[in-house]
Amino acid sequence: MERILRGKIWRFGDGISTDHIIPGRYYHLRGNLQALAEHALEDADPEFARSAQPGDFVVAGKNFGQGSSREHAALVLKERGIAAVIASSFARIFFRNAVNVGLMPIICDTGGFETGDEIEVDLVEGRVRNLTRNLERTFRPLPPVMRAILESGGLVPHVLRYGGFRWPDTP
Amino acid sequence: MGLTLAEKIISRRLGETVRAEDIVVVPVDLLLAHEGTGPLALDRFSALERTRPATQTLFFSDHAAPAPRRELANVQKRLRTFAEEGGARFYPPGEGICHQIVAEQWARPGQIILGADSHTCTAGALAAFATGMGSTDIAVAMALGETWLRIPPTIRVEVEGPLPPMVMAKDVILHVIGLLGADGANYQALEFGGSTVAAMSVEERMTLCNMAVEAGAKTGLCASDEQTRQFLAERGRAEDYLPLAPDPDAVYERRVELHAPSLSPQVAFPHFVDNVRPVEEAGDVPIDQVFIGTCTNGRLSDLRMAAHILRGRQVHPGVRLLVCPASREVYLAALQEGWLQIFIEAGGLILPPGCGACVGVHQGILADGERCLSTQNRNFQGRMGNPEAEIYLASPATAAATAVRGRITDPREFL
Repeated sequence: MERILRGKIWRFGDGISTDHIIPGRYYHLRGNLQALAEHALEDADPEFARSAQPGDFVVAGKNFGQGSSREHAALVLKERGIAAVIASSFARIFFRNAVNVGLMPIICDTGGFETGDEIEVDLVEGRVRNLTRNLERTFRPLPPVMRAILESGGLVPHVLRYGGFRWPDTP
Repeated sequence: MGLTLAEKIISRRLGETVRAEDIVVVPVDLLLAHEGTGPLALDRFSALERTRPATQTLFFSDHAAPAPRRELANVQKRLRTFAEEGGARFYPPGEGICHQIVAEQWARPGQIILGADSHTCTAGALAAFATGMGSTDIAVAMALGETWLRIPPTIRVEVEGPLPPMVMAKDVILHVIGLLGADGANYQALEFGGSTVAAMSVEERMTLCNMAVEAGAKTGLCASDEQTRQFLAERGRAEDYLPLAPDPDAVYERRVELHAPSLSPQVAFPHFVDNVRPVEEAGDVPIDQVFIGTCTNGRLSDLRMAAHILRGRQVHPGVRLLVCPASREVYLAALQEGWLQIFIEAGGLILPPGCGACVGVHQGILADGERCLSTQNRNFQGRMGNPEAEIYLASPATAAATAVRGRITDPREFL
C-alpha cells in the first residue's frame, strides 16, 4: 500500500445509502462488476458516474453506506479505482465490506471539502490535507484486525495467507 | 457485573466471559445469502479453495423471485446447483423471504447467525445473535466456520405499558429510530425489553429486531421466553427452546424508555428512515401505491390487522394495493383464515412471497413522481426502483387505512 495518496475529490452529503451507491434497479448487473460500476453513485451525482477517474477520492458526511449489506457498494468504488472513501462516519456493514475488499475507509471531519479539491492523504501519519483550501484533518488508524486485513489486500488474500484471522494479539 | 443479552450469547458460545468492546473470533451456527449476495459469496468461497461449507449454509431465491430476467435466473440456477451438489440448502422462488424462513425453520436462542443481508438481525427476536455482513465475510465463515466480531455495547430499549389499539410494533420501532437517528446505534446492539415487549408475539418482536439496523445497530435482541417457546413448538421445534435473558445488573451504553400507551401510529417520510413523525402530523399526503409485506411486516398478524381494516371496504380508486405474504407458511395461513380474499375483494393484488418490490428489483416499481406508503424498512431514494419516487414507511394498520382513503390516514379512524 502506498503511504501517500494524492488526488481529486468528489463530495457527497450525509446519509448516502447503498441504494444511492448502487441501486436495486441494476440488481441483474451484479455479476458484471464493470457494467455495474458505470452506475456507481449516479442517483447522488450523475457526473461522478460519468467522469470519476482512478485515483479520485469519495468524500462524504455522516453514515456513508447506510442500508444494505451489498458488498457491491464497496466493490463498484474499488472497480472505479477510488483511492479511498473519506467520511465523517460510516455505516457498520459498508465499513467492514470496504476493508474486506481492500478499499480504504477513512473517518475524519470532512466539513469544508468540495468536489474538485485536491487532497493528499498520509496513511502512516493519519493526515488528510486539502491542498486547494489549505485545510488539514487527522484520522485514527484502523483497529489492528482491520489493518491486518487491509494490509493483506482484503479478507480473501488474508485468509489464504494465514489460514484464518491473524493480527497482533489475535485472541 | 452482569451481562447484556449480546454478551451472554457470545460468552456462552465461546465458553468464557466476554464483554462489550472485546474483539473475538467466534464459531458461527448458521449462514445465509440470497441471489443478490450469494453468487459473490460463492466466487469468494472458490477463491478460498473450498468446496464444502464448514457451517450450515442456506441460499434463498427471494429478492428476484420468480426471476424477472435471464441474468437473475442464471444466478438462481447457480445457487441451486451448488446446493444440489451438497454444499447448502436452497430455497427456491415462492418459499419466501430469507429472514422469515430462518425464524420459522432454523433460528433458535443462543445461536450466532450471519447473513449476507442487512436484515439478518430479524432473528434476534428469538434471542439469536444475528447480524448482516457482506458476501466475503459469509464466504470466509463458510470456509472457516467462524468469524471475527467486536462485541457490541448495548442500548437497552425499555417499553412499558399496553399498546393502544391500531398501534403496532412497527410504530414502536419507527419511533425508536426517530429518537436514536439512523446512526444512533452504529456498532452497537439494541436490546428490547419491558412489559410491552414481554407481551409481544415473536412475530411482533421480529418487526422490532428487523429494523435495528436502520438505527445502525449490529443486531437487535429480545430475551427468549414462553412466547419464544410457543413459536418454536408450533413449528415442531420445541426442543430448540432455551431461555436466555440479560442479567438484571447488565451494563448498558444507554437506556431509552418508552411509554407505549401514549404512542401514536408513526410515519417515516422520504428519504430517510429516521425522518419520523406521528401520523397526526403527516398532513395531507396523497398516495399512489400501498405495499403491505416484507421481512418487516409481511407476517400473519400483519395481514390480519390490514384485513381487519379492509374487510367490506374498497381500495381508493387512485391507489394500487400490493400485498405480499412473507413466506409460504404465512401465505397458506392467510389463505386459510380468509385474509387474502378480503384483500382481493377490496381491489388489492397478491404478490408471491419475496422481496422484489421493496428492493426495487421487480413487482411494484414506482413511476416518476409517485408516492408509496409501505410497511417495509427502508425509504432511501431509489429504493423501490425509481429515484424520482417517494416512499413513506408505516405499520400494516396505517397502510390499510391509507389504501382505503388514498392519502396517509390514521388507522384509529377505523376503530
